[in-house]
Amino acid sequence: MSEVKSTTVEVRLPSRMGFEKVAMSTASAVAKLMGFPEDRVEDLKTAVAEACINAIEHGNRLNEKLSVGVVLSALEDSLEVKVIDDGKGMSKHQAKPDIDRKMHGEEDPRGMGMFLIQALVDEAEWVAGSGGKSSYVRLVIRLDKDAE
Amino acid sequence: MQSETKSHVDQLTSPAGHPVTVLRFEGDIASTSKDAVLGAYQALPKSAIKLVLLDFTKVDYINSSGIALVIQLLMEATNAGQKVYAFGLSPHFTKVFTMVGITKYAGLFPSQAEAMAAL
Repeated sequence: MSEVKSTTVEVRLPSRMGFEKVAMSTASAVAKLMGFPEDRVEDLKTAVAEACINAIEHGNRLNEKLSVGVVLSALEDSLEVKVIDDGKGMSKHQAKPDIDRKMHGEEDPRGMGMFLIQALVDEAEWVAGSGGKSSYVRLVIRLDKDAE
Repeated sequence: MQSETKSHVDQLTSPAGHPVTVLRFEGDIASTSKDAVLGAYQALPKSAIKLVLLDFTKVDYINSSGIALVIQLLMEATNAGQKVYAFGLSPHFTKVFTMVGITKYAGLFPSQAEAMAAL
């Protein structure tokens, strides 16, 4: 743990679907180095993937001239991940998907990314950048999930 | 970058004697998987099929767009009067499918043997 304390790892992704898996792999490697259990690593991988997909698709609108920044900060007892894009930022809350409404065609089958992020990590906040640039989502996953 | 989704269909009979159509997926299930997921399902002869079993054993990555495709498949199956079950999901994706409510419309089993025994 001492080697990764306060260590920062940065990745830049092209705004192309599929490259979220690079961020997933990086986040997974850092979380494993920090000693996160496998189930929490899986939670983090899905949350990071969904954050990157949102950044690629909605933030940067699939514009391959823009990149998505992923900054992982390994702290003593938690891992913080910022996923940064050039969009205007996203709304800060998404209701739990209503499977009955989706099954009846009353709700888009998609639109679960933000819900999954919120459900799988310990903290998630969406921050709009000034002037519609450098918006980010900040995720935190704690080594001791029950500790506040 | 995304691993191409492959799918193929097997016809099995459950120990109880019911015909079961098994749709086996391989690779990532993401936004690019529409043909492999929905297309493969839609190519099945609807009237002859009552039980559909989805095999996720060889799927490593499912994102929210992929989950949406599974929900669309469930919608179409429900409208066709079919029952859908699934097996082979990792513990993590079992949790994710449960969180989004898919288990209300598709029973999940750890393995093909356990699924078939229940059908």
